[in-house]
This record gives sequence, C-alpha cells and structure tokens, in this order.
Amino acid sequence: MGPLNLENLQKEAIAEVLESYPEKVSKNRAKHLGVDSPETSKGACDTSRSNKQTVPGVMSQRGCAYAGSKGVVWGPVKDMIHISHGPIGCGQYSRAGRRNYYIGTTGIDTFVTMNFSTDFTEKDIVFGGDKKLKVALEEIDTLFPLNNGITIQSECPIGLIGDDIQAVAKKYKSESSKPTIAVSCEGFRGVSQSLGHHIANDMIRDEIMPDDSARKDFQSTPYDVAIVGDYNIGGDAWSSRILLEEMGLRVIAQWSGDATYKEMAIAPKAKLNLLHCYRSMNYIARHMEQEFGVPWIEYNFFGPTKTTESLRKIAAMFDETIQAKTEEVIAKYTAMTDEVIAKYRPKLEGKTVMLYVGGLRPRHVIGAYEDLGMEVIGTGYEFGHGDDYKRTKEDIARSTLIYDDVNEYELEAFVKKLKPDLVASGVKEKYVFQKMGLPFRQMHSWDYSGPYHGYDAFAIFAKDMDLAMNSPVWSHTKAPWDTEEKGA
Amino acid sequence: MSALRQIAFYGKGGIGKSTTSQNTLAAMCHYYGQKILIVGCDPKADSTRLILHEKAQSTIMQLASEAGTVEDLELEDVCKPGAGEFNPEDDTITDGYIMCTESGGPEPGVGCAGRGVITAINFLEEEGAYDDELDFVSYDVLGDVVCGGFAMPIREGKAQEIYIVMSGEMMAMYAANNISKGILKYANTGGVRLAGLICNARMTDREYDLAKNLATQIGTQMIHFVPRSNHVQRAELRRMTVVEFAPNSEQAMEYRELARKIIANDLKVIPTPLEMDDLENLLMEFGLEEEVEVDAIGKRAEEA
Repeated sequence: MGPLNLENLQKEAIAEVLESYPEKVSKNRAKHLGVDSPETSKGACDTSRSNKQTVPGVMSQRGCAYAGSKGVVWGPVKDMIHISHGPIGCGQYSRAGRRNYYIGTTGIDTFVTMNFSTDFTEKDIVFGGDKKLKVALEEIDTLFPLNNGITIQSECPIGLIGDDIQAVAKKYKSESSKPTIAVSCEGFRGVSQSLGHHIANDMIRDEIMPDDSARKDFQSTPYDVAIVGDYNIGGDAWSSRILLEEMGLRVIAQWSGDATYKEMAIAPKAKLNLLHCYRSMNYIARHMEQEFGVPWIEYNFFGPTKTTESLRKIAAMFDETIQAKTEEVIAKYTAMTDEVIAKYRPKLEGKTVMLYVGGLRPRHVIGAYEDLGMEVIGTGYEFGHGDDYKRTKEDIARSTLIYDDVNEYELEAFVKKLKPDLVASGVKEKYVFQKMGLPFRQMHSWDYSGPYHGYDAFAIFAKDMDLAMNSPVWSHTKAPWDTEEKGA
Repeated sequence: MSALRQIAFYGKGGIGKSTTSQNTLAAMCHYYGQKILIVGCDPKADSTRLILHEKAQSTIMQLASEAGTVEDLELEDVCKPGAGEFNPEDDTITDGYIMCTESGGPEPGVGCAGRGVITAINFLEEEGAYDDELDFVSYDVLGDVVCGGFAMPIREGKAQEIYIVMSGEMMAMYAANNISKGILKYANTGGVRLAGLICNARMTDREYDLAKNLATQIGTQMIHFVPRSNHVQRAELRRMTVVEFAPNSEQAMEYRELARKIIANDLKVIPTPLEMDDLENLLMEFGLEEEVEVDAIGKRAEEA
C-alpha cells in the first residue's frame, strides 16, 4: 500500500467512527484520534488529547489508580508485603497476573505472587477498618517475619468511608520500626491507572527516599546505575541488566521488578538512573534528580536497533573504557541478532501491525517490529499523557493512526478498516480479534512468553510474532461458505 | 386490618425528633391501639429508649459485628418488644404494641453510618420484620439527609409519608427545607410524599405563624404544634414517654391529637422546597431577622 493510500484509509477510518457517534461524543473523541507521520508537522502526536476522562458508556480498556499503584509500581517489590486494603476482589483478581518475575522463596522472604487482603465485609464498612488493618499488620509480621516492610494499598471503600490509614501506618511504623507505607490509591481517583503510578511514586519519595540507613555504608563506584521502570515481566529486567553489566556498569538497583526495599533506598547513590517506563516512573526519576542530583535518561531495549542505540546513549554518559566495552557488546550480540533477523525477516517482511497497549510500549516496541521488516500502522496509549504522544513521533516510521484511550468499538472498526496482519494489545482484546480470524499477541504480559527486553529476548520476540502470524491454524478459520475477506 | 403504612420522622439534630416520635407513636398505640415497629436509623440509637425503658438497645450493626456478619443474626436478636403496656403480651391498656429495633452504627468519626442504615433496613426486610399484623413501621432518622444511606428510608418501597420535626429557628427551618429537597428527589422514583411538619415549639416569637407559613410554602401542612412542657423531660428522665408517665396530662393530650391526625392524615404531597433566598425572606417577614443592608453583610456587631 502506498503511503498516501494508507494515510487516506486511516483518515477514512476515523471519519467513519466519528460519524457513528452522537454529536457530543463525536466532538470529544475527535480530539483523541488522528493520523501522524514522520514528515507531518503538528500531527496527531503533537495535538492528540490525552489523560482525560473516558466517555461514559464506551468500553474502555483502562485500569484504576489502585491497579497503577498496587499492580504496577508497588506490587513487584518482592520483599515487602502489599496489603490490598478493602474487599477481597481487587486483590484476588489482580493477583499474580502481571508476571513480574523474581528470585526468592515465596512466602518466606519474597511475596509477589501472594495475595494479602483485609477482606472487608459490610461491618468493616460501617464501623471502619482501621482496627482490622492494625490486626492485619501484626499478623503479617507474626506469620512472615522476614518481610522488609508493608505497604497498604487502598481500595475504593477506604476513601469513601474516610478511614485514616496514614495514621495507622505511622503508628505501626513507630511501634515495629519497619517500613509501613499507606498508599491512598483509591480506584475512583483520577481517570486511569496513571494517577496510581503518580501516587505510588510520591509515596516512594516520601517514605523510602528519606531512609538513608541503607545508603550509609554503601560503597560507590563510578559505574553505578539503577534501572528504573522495568517490571521484569517474563524476566525483562534480567535480560536488560546483563547487557549493562557486560558494558562494565554496576546495576545497584532495579525498580520495581525483582526489587527489594533496600535496592529502592540505595537508588539515589546511582551515578545515572536509567528510565525504561517513563510514564509510570518519571516522577521519582525527576525527584532523584532534584533531591540527590542523579541524572536520568530514557532507554529502549526492544529490538536490536533500539537496543544498540540505547546502549551507545548510555555509554556516552560514561568514560571511554565503558564506550569501548559497549562496542564489543554490540558487536557480539549483533552477530546473534543478525541471525535472528535472517531467519524471521523473510517470513514477516511487509506485514502490518496495530498496537494498543499501556505505559511505554505503544512507541517502544515499534522498533522491534521494524527490525523484523514489519510495519506499525496504528498505535495508541491506554493512559498516556501529552509527553508520551510527543515522544511517539520519534518512533513512528510511516503514516500511523494514533488513538488515545481507544474503546472496544473504535479499535474493532479501525482493525476492520486497516486490515493489519497482527493486532498486539491486551487480554481483553485478544479473543475479540482471534475470533475474527486475526493473529494476536498479548503485549501486556508477553502472552505467557518473554522476556522481550534486550538482545537475547529479541529471538523470543521474533519467534513469538512468527508463531502468531504464520501458524497454519489461520488457514482453517474461514468457513468454506464464507466468501468475505478476512477481518472484513 | 388496613395496609401497612410506613412513615418516617426526619429533622435537624437536637430538635427533639426522637422524643417527639416516641411520644407520638406511644400515643398511637396507647389511645388508638396501633401496632407499630420502630426502626431507629441513627448511630446514637436513641429512638427506642423511652418505649423500652432502657438506656439504649443493642443495635443491628453492633450485634452483626459481634456475630461476624448480619446474615448470622436472627430477627428476635434485634427486635425487642416495648416495655409495659407496649409489649404485645400486655393487653391491659391497649391491644396495640410497639416493637423496637435500632440500626446502630459506628462511633463518631469512623466508618460509614449511612451504610449501616442500608444494611440494617435490608436485613429487616429480608427477615420479614414487616409482618402483616403491623399497622405502622416508623423510621426515626438522624439529622439531615446527608448521604444516600440516610435517604434509604425514603427510597422506593420504604417510607411513604415523611413527617419533619422542626421549630421556629432558622437552622431547623433550613434543615426542614433541605429534607424536602431530599424527598423531592425520591418523590418521582419511589413515591415518597411529605405528610406534614410537626412544630416542636421552642416558644420563639411568632413561631406558630412562621411554621404554618413555611408549611404552606413548601406545599404541606403544619400537622401539629406541640407546645413545650416540663412533663416531657420529667418523663424522659424516667425513660418513659409522657403518654405512659402521665396519660391524662395536657401534654399527653397534645400527642394524642397528633397521633389522631397522623392516623387520619390524607394530605401527602410532593414538596416544593424553597430557594435559600426565599427562605431568608420568610424569616425576615416574620421578624426573626431584621432586613440587612447589602453593605452590612459580613460586618461584626461593633462595626455596624
């Protein structure tokens, strides 16, 4: 498809969707939808409206503030226990769903896949849950004495009934002399999980950053870095840190996948903070810059091209020995990834992808697809802000449909119109598109696969995409009497 | 028997709502043989003490908390028969009786009292507390309709007649007007109606006229003007209603008259609450407040 044709098709797709809406909704959604390309100035990446309330009544894919705090930022901190404070559902249905890998003995010194809940019932709502919370804190320390701290993740009712969890945490902290952190991340706050990230970051800032006990005896080296905003989904942080270590850097902390309380507390000792998920952790990176003078840079470890670029960018912040070693690392792995490309690119060349994910992936994974010869023709953020869209501009390679907080109806309409070869989005979208006979990859938790970060992981990524699209199963999805085209 | 009537008493905190409601209900039972269930909807749980001769009865939420959940409770645990003549077994004075229950709720400053009311009322309904023998269910609700929980008694299928206890003071009238707004909100969906204002007199200037006028303006009646009497307090110290303590006293006759009017009442309206300005004008008209010049607003007495 020629670039002009593609752009026209994308614009048509938006026009058709908007036309189907009532006037008020149409006006609202028009601001969140657009087309942009590397050549366009002031395209959708610059102008798209974002981080706004979802139109009521449409099927949004967004999460809530609790999901942002407990599910994303705090949950993976492995040696702390995170209480889902409120009724049982929020904790149980989000338990272990995000595949944040970690090393440790679950239930002894690490707790990520367990669910701790205060299990609110009617009487706790009526009489308040502060007493119950205190009992929960005591029970936790009795049953799991090796925990290195407890966080209290508020569910909605806590905010509604006005429980003073901050006071309970403060009192318990002074009694137990263990970190006890109350996070007021009630689900109804804000417009998406994004506010939950921010609230969680603020609590790290207020409760962990001032704790310099871990930093006192810390032996610094000139090559100390911290990975910030890698949640180690399917082992992402591990396949990232080996590269940094091979470069000669020392990774003193990784946040918050496979993280410990102590790692988080020593992060201000890093010479450089390496920020992967900008959306969920830029707040604390900025804080460490202001408060402790630690500079931060963003990096992208999806696909060999972006990984190589990022390694050089990181190396440029250090001396020549590091830079020389980095070139060695790049040379070593490029030989390997070239083989992967040689194997898979012929099978994937020219295939089109539409993305709809959260965090940094709507822009960061574009490069990995490009490395395989694939074309990203649509992308959007569940809960991105304006700065995410502006950054997306650097990553798009052709005319791209941009959709913010896209709803189920719109995404389906866009896919039907643009007919991509692959849809890469979340589990809520997965079966919609697979039932339409379209290859799909779940790009929130790598569809039970991964890791996808770094050079090694690219081989897995390439294989997964090949499996998804070139599986023989797709030749059986069309009924003999069905004369319409795939995806139509 | 006639169909069960569900009524509710609302009004500003401290206006004498619980005293008025218990005395009135006692009169309905004592003089007219009515069979009544009182549902106290106030965490203070003081809506039944004069009927029970107790300090405060164990509440539904308190018992539920001890038992684990509200599902673990039996109706007998939470529904107590009134003392003396109000007991169903006692037919010496009247065939009528009064059953008492309190929703209860948290101590001040914690939890959600409104949810307690919802839980308690749902429990009573599910357990069949509103049996066929009853003539009246009466809800006694705290202060203002501050949240959804305290509006529970006026939702669909609950109280159909609301009596607002008020006096001739500005804040009491303001609360009465506010409660009317709450009733208006539910009037179209649930069928709740305002049945009258009960003026529990503070003996302020022109109180009778003022209350009557407010009632007219919001589209209802002042169903009764209850004068002040020391008998009420004397009875209350004995944890009794005036009706039981001194059934032939003048004050008991007042409650008897109010009881008769409520039983016979057929004026049930969708209220027309006033705007704040109109309410202030009303107070000025009756000399409760002097007209204030625009430039005097916010000025202290010594400045003016």
